[in-house]
Amino acid sequence: MRERVNKCLTSTVAWIDERFPLTANWKTHLSEYYAPKNFNFWYYFGSLALLVLVIQILTGIFLTMNYKPDAGMAFASVEYIMRDVSWGWLIRYMHSTGASMFFIVVYLHMFRGLLYGSHRNPRELIWLFGVGIFLCLMGEAFFGYLLPWGQMSYWGAQVIINLFNSIPFIGPDISLWIRGDYTIADATLNRFFAFHVIALPLVLLGLVVAHIIALHEVGSNNPDGIEIKKHKDPKTHIPLDGIPFHPYYTVKDIVGVVVFLMVFSCVIFFAPEMGGYFLEANNFIPANPLVTPPHIAPVWYFTPYYSILRAVPPLFNSQFPGVVAMGASVVIFAALPWLDRSPVKSIRYRGGLYKRWLTVFVVSFLVLGYLGTEPTTVWGTFDKHLMLLGGADRATVAARFCTAAYFLFFILMPWYTRIDKTKPVPERVTS
Amino acid sequence: MKKLFLILSLLVPTLVMAGEGGDFPAAPINMSDQASLQRGAKIFVNYCLSCHSASVMRYNRLKDIGLTDEQIKSNLMLAGEKVGDTMTVAMDKSEAKGWFGATPPDLSVIARARGADWLYAYMRGFYRDDTRPTGWNNTVFDKVGMPNVLYELQGEQRLVTAPDESGKPASHLVLDKPGTLSTAEYDMAVADLVNYLVYMGEPARAVRTHMGLYVLIFLAFMFVLALLLKKEFWKDIH
Repeated sequence: MRERVNKCLTSTVAWIDERFPLTANWKTHLSEYYAPKNFNFWYYFGSLALLVLVIQILTGIFLTMNYKPDAGMAFASVEYIMRDVSWGWLIRYMHSTGASMFFIVVYLHMFRGLLYGSHRNPRELIWLFGVGIFLCLMGEAFFGYLLPWGQMSYWGAQVIINLFNSIPFIGPDISLWIRGDYTIADATLNRFFAFHVIALPLVLLGLVVAHIIALHEVGSNNPDGIEIKKHKDPKTHIPLDGIPFHPYYTVKDIVGVVVFLMVFSCVIFFAPEMGGYFLEANNFIPANPLVTPPHIAPVWYFTPYYSILRAVPPLFNSQFPGVVAMGASVVIFAALPWLDRSPVKSIRYRGGLYKRWLTVFVVSFLVLGYLGTEPTTVWGTFDKHLMLLGGADRATVAARFCTAAYFLFFILMPWYTRIDKTKPVPERVTS
Repeated sequence: MKKLFLILSLLVPTLVMAGEGGDFPAAPINMSDQASLQRGAKIFVNYCLSCHSASVMRYNRLKDIGLTDEQIKSNLMLAGEKVGDTMTVAMDKSEAKGWFGATPPDLSVIARARGADWLYAYMRGFYRDDTRPTGWNNTVFDKVGMPNVLYELQGEQRLVTAPDESGKPASHLVLDKPGTLSTAEYDMAVADLVNYLVYMGEPARAVRTHMGLYVLIFLAFMFVLALLLKKEFWKDIH
């Protein structure tokens, strides 16, 4: 019996292989893709990002079945999903929590790159595709956030679209073109829905495929930042420090997936609003173009950039410099492979300078993120008699300081990475 | 294990931030107290539902809080609606705007927008103010359009401004005319109402937390299996 089943399977696979490279792909990407054997905690987040992407797409499909992209019906249709659709509340919370978890996972995934030099030669394209994925993700989050049609959806989108107003000469026309109306209205909701459920997901999926194909072409980096392909078995040509992705990393990633799902479930089942950080209280009030909420703050994953926007002082009464700085703070990640001039990749063999700058960067990012959730008055003002800073909002000064640190991390990188004292790099990976 | 701690420590900042509350004392509500939820539902349909709709809440959803279709029909449905209908109001929106200065908001998810503590303080914060068109004002929501609809129960309060211990002017409410309920009874009635509003804001909440426990137990088993599987495979990697 067993023999017959096996035979049947083998012949089926053979039939497919003659028509489609099934076994070849399985080997290239899984069973004969050799990954370094020394992956640590930080290497879970790539596969987790893929998991969250799948969760978002699947839950998104089911949400689309019941959501109404209509300014008059959108808010109520979300509540319809929460109440009348079987398991609708679970699907919706998975999607809303998934959005925040996507950013947590992707931020940690990017930080891994900064730790071990995963953006360095020969992986620049992987990094660029990754930056593209990050931009797409931000677009997805922005467009998706309008859909519940609550007060924060409406006014958050208002603030962001009005940023385009500050572009000299063509600004107002651009924001009109984005909105499709003179205010954010049904037309805006409809097009944002189209972008959120089809346009950007298509681009996102394409970029994810490119990201992985590029990765599997050059091979994964590792915590030692050395190339395992330098030392291959002379007979089999398999890297000596490489192990097949499947089964070794598939079974390892399952552990990561389960731990992630535990954290994910804790939020979904016990704190879906996450104290107002994942679902904002004001967004349970239907969008009202006539009532501006007293404090408009973006969702937490955008707050570092929002802080940068607010921190940059206006020029000739125009917010444009802030808008440019905000855009630059995201796009500058793309330059990282060429800014980093260190002879070593991994933080394990770098000197104190890079470690210090990375710490400064992470702290600035977190402080900016926190300040972006609060009004600029959150820390009060400096004493009136203080030199230079007298009377200024403490939070604004802190945000300016952190903005400078954020950009200096990138701008000074060619210098401090070159003069940094590095340690000798081992020939083979360490465990 | 180390990894688990790492993940948890990454979540700590979010949890700490999540703990921030408003400036109002905590509302004494208990979501698992069905009697309180039922009393709250009764107050809601008797006093709130004449002006405020709950347009995404269906009457028969109240089976969640231990009521039968018959009980819902005979005790809570006043205008002969069908039990599967949502809680709408007959009042015309533009007329309401003329009377109160603002359309009374839909209360389906008001507890999620305002929070239980705000609602509890608000419903106890009405006082007499002759400068207002309705004759009522509120300590939590200044110049509110809504009059105190529960004044028969609560009585009438007055705002008294007097210097506190440090000499700064401070104001507090004094009960001028007692209502049919004592202050303690009224506070309990408001707590019941707020309890109901929180339930109505998210009727699936009870199912959610109940299910969450089983999901986590399942995942804990999965974790052990996944870890053992990983260890078995990785035995030969050095």
